[in-house]
Formats: sequence, C-alpha cells, structure tokens
Amino acid sequence: MIKLEGVKKAFGTQQVLDGVDFHVPEGHSLVIMGPSGSGKSVILKHIIGLLNADAGRVSVMGKNVAELDRSGLRELRRDMGYLFQHSALINWLSVFDNLALPLRETTKMSNSEIRARVMHVLDLVQLSAAENKLPSEISGGMQKRVGLARALVTEPNIILYDEPEAGLDPEMSASVSHMMRELKEEHGMTSVTVTHSVSCALTVADTLAVFEKGRFLISGPPTEVLNSKHERVREFLGAQLD
Amino acid sequence: MNPFQRVGAALMAPPVVGAGFTMHLGLAALARISHIPKRRRPLLDQMHLCGIKSLHVVLFVNFFIGMILALQLGFELARYGQQEAVGLAVSVAMVREMAPMMTAVVLAASVASAMAAELGTMRVQEEVTALEVMSVDVYSYLVAPRVLALTLIAPMLTTLSAIVGILGGGLIAYSQLGLDFHGYLRASLEALSDNSFFGVPRGLYTGLMKAMIFGFTISVIGCSNGLRATHGASGVGNSTRAAVRNSIIMIIVLNFFLGKIIYQ
Ligand SMILES: Nc1ncnc2c1ncn2[C@@H]1O[C@H](COP(=O)(O)OP(=O)(O)OP(=O)(O)O)[C@@H](O)[C@H]1O
Ligand SMILES: [Mg+2]
Repeated sequence: MIKLEGVKKAFGTQQVLDGVDFHVPEGHSLVIMGPSGSGKSVILKHIIGLLNADAGRVSVMGKNVAELDRSGLRELRRDMGYLFQHSALINWLSVFDNLALPLRETTKMSNSEIRARVMHVLDLVQLSAAENKLPSEISGGMQKRVGLARALVTEPNIILYDEPEAGLDPEMSASVSHMMRELKEEHGMTSVTVTHSVSCALTVADTLAVFEKGRFLISGPPTEVLNSKHERVREFLGAQLD
Repeated sequence: MNPFQRVGAALMAPPVVGAGFTMHLGLAALARISHIPKRRRPLLDQMHLCGIKSLHVVLFVNFFIGMILALQLGFELARYGQQEAVGLAVSVAMVREMAPMMTAVVLAASVASAMAAELGTMRVQEEVTALEVMSVDVYSYLVAPRVLALTLIAPMLTTLSAIVGILGGGLIAYSQLGLDFHGYLRASLEALSDNSFFGVPRGLYTGLMKAMIFGFTISVIGCSNGLRATHGASGVGNSTRAAVRNSIIMIIVLNFFLGKIIYQ
C-alpha cells in the first residue's frame, strides 16, 4: 500500500534521506524510531506528497506520489490522515471547528452529520468537554489529541502519526497507543508511526524500523529488533529499555 | 510549480520567484471569486478587521493631508489673488491622488502587515501545510476573502478620506485664508461635477478605481509574503517587513502609471 524505493533527499548539502526502502502492506503498521533530527518527519512528508524525493520512488496505493497533479494529490490525501508533530491546529478555530473543517471543505455532509462525526472522534480522544475551546486555551497534550482526532475525522484508510505520544502523560499515552492498535485491528487501517516511545512501538508495530543517518539500520518484527545484536541499535534502544 | 515560478526558477532569482508567486496568487484569488457566497463569514470578518480597525487612522491622516494642501496651495494662490480656487485645487488633489494613495499607504502599514504576519505564523506553525494535507483549498479558504475584503473596503475608506480631506482643507480655508466656508465647499463640488460619466463625476470614479486596484494589490502582496514565510519567528518578521515595503513601492509605481493611463 505504501512503498518507498531508494528514496533520497537532501536539503542544501545535508543528505537527510540516503536510500530509504520499505513496503507497508494494507492493514499493516510500520513504526519508525530514530534519533532526533535524523529525518523521520521528512519520510512522512514524502509519503503524503509535501516533499518530493531527489531520487527514488514513493508510491501510495499504486500511485507514484511525485507524478500526481494537484487534483490527483487531493484525491490521494482524502484517503490519508496526518497527525502533525506540533499538532498544527488552525489557531482561530475552536476545537469543534478545527475538526469540522475538513468535512465542511471536502465533503457534502450535512451539519448534523458533521456534528455527529466530530463528537464521535472527540469522544475517542476523551475531549468532548473541550469542543468550544480555542487551541491556545488547551494544553499541549490536549492539542496533540485534537490533532489526532482531526487526522481520524475523515475516516482515512491510511494514517501517518508523527510522535502521537509526545507531550502526553503515561496513562494518556497508553490509551492513545491502544486506540491506534484498535483502529488497525477493527478498521484495518494502514499506518506509519514515528515515535520515541518503545512502549508505543511495542503496542502498535507489526514492523519496527530504526532509522539513522539517512537509512534504516534494521527493520523487522518488534521483538526481533529489540533483541537484535546490532550494536548501534542496542545502544539507541537500550537507553529506553533499561 | 506554476509557469511564473518556473521562469523565476530558471532565472535563479528568489525575488523573481516571489513576484511570480504573487502574480499567481492574484490570479488564483480572482479565479475563486465564485466561492465567495460560501465564504461570507470570513469575508465580513476581514472587512470588519481592515475597515473598522483602520478607519480612525485613515481619517486622521487624510484630514491633515487636506489641511496641508489648503495651506500650501492657499498661500501660493493668494499671491495671485486666486485664493478662491483653493477649493477646486484641494478637492481635485484629494479625490484623484491623495485620498486613494494615503489610504492605501495606511492600509499597507496596518492591513498588509497584519495579513503577512497572520498567514506567516500559520505557515511556520505548519497550519497552512495542515490545510494542504486536508485538501482544503488554501487560496479559496485564506486568500480570497482577504483579497476581496480589502478590494471592497479600500474604495469605501477612500471616499470617506476624500470627504474628510476636503473638510480639513475647508477648515484652513476658513481660518487661515479668510474664505467663506460655503463658497469653498461649492468650489470643491463644482470641480468634481465636471466631466461626469453617467452621473458619477469622473474624478470620483477614477479615484475609486485606483483605490480598488490598490486594495487588491496590497492584500495580494500581504498574503503572498505571509504564505512564503520560512524559518520561524524571524521569518515572519521578514515577510511582514517585505509586505509593507513592497506594497508601498507598488502603490506609488501603480499610481504613476494609472494616472498616466486614466488622465491622458
Ligand atoms: N523544509 C526543510 N528545509 C530544510 N531542512 C529541513 C526541512 N525539513 C527538515 N529539514 C532538516 O532535515 C533534518 C531532519 O528533520 P526531521 O524534522 O525529519 O527530523 P526528525 O527525525 O523528525 O526529528 P525529531 O525527532 O526531532 O522530530 C533536520 O536536520 C532538519 O533541519
Ligand atoms: Mg519529527
């Protein structure tokens, strides 16, 4: 469903992606871990067509993302949800209006249908009480959950999570991880998740990959990766496992 | 990339790419005029924001411009015993030139900067990217209401400015030049009723046409600089500065060429 082949990307002289390959089949969940600033968010941005690769190929649902025109890209993105690392909520819209926005702008749903859908996803992230607040009036962790709800509100088939657990307390973080797992198991959602949390990775991942210096060091079933003998992988994950 | 941007990229000059994007944005906003019925709320919000909130400054500035014109022209005209003509001179200058231009300059400083700062902040906080990811048409959602609002508001503010400027001139004519206030007003209105076009004085509609073009230009430049902001808070600062500077340059250059086209 999502396939990257030999993807390279440089910003100026900085080679951020240096030959990235992976394949995420339908209904599968890939989790990417890696040091800060290594280019994990950049990978997600390639998948949703916000950045174009210098070399290599990114395809989603059989379509080469770089070759899509504006309407093709719009079509593709309708099937995708994206949780931004910094939430990126529209600052002058209330929580409710933020979630209603994609439905109002891109579907023909009636106001009552929109209301029902929005309240349903708000309930999923346990924020029904905040519907009338502005993003600046809620905490960072709450904003993150609203961002998550916004990614889900259009009921996409593919979802890209950029650090879903960041800024959440341990209890909420676990609850979000379980929700992500449920979405996969009950709705067959395909996902790519970037995270710094091993427990989130263990809950969500079918495949866990460790990314550093433009490439995957290792990828495979999570338990296998965690028990790997790869020195750098042990070093990186070990810090959290201890 | 649109064709303008491609030409710009070929020339490797960021200012050309920027100008290309600004032109593209202007056309894109015009192409989305038909979306306005469903954008009534943001349109009215924007009109309120740029109209009501700049009104006092615009009127204050233009009242003084009218007084300055009357003072300078009045003393010169008085030397030839022509001080009666000050009403004509002030009203022609206000309606054709000063009201549209000074209103536009005030709007550039207050509204173009606000648009660039607001959209720039949205850009660097990835809110604009989020809209793109959600397939929301940014030009229709963010740009069109702002551009149309200022295009409509600028002529309204300009009309009020011209009236206030003429009254300011009248105050000077009466108090400093010893003219009769009613005579002054009659002279200024006569100057405008000349050459009317379907009942609308030529001076008035050309002034208003200029004002609309200025309003359009300022808002497109403000939005364009905002949407192109990069690199956090300092980037927003830079794009705000560029928006004000470029709008003022464009107002003055356009004013010359429009004047040449309209009055030749
Ligand atoms: N649009 C851009 N222009 C220039 N450089 C960029 C751009 N986007 C990302 N970079 C650079 O690419 C590198 C990787 O950035 P990225 O945001 O993907 O890191 P990350 O792995 O997500 O880190 P974190 O865990 O801190 O979120 C960084 O060094 C960043 O400076
Ligand atoms: Mg990141």
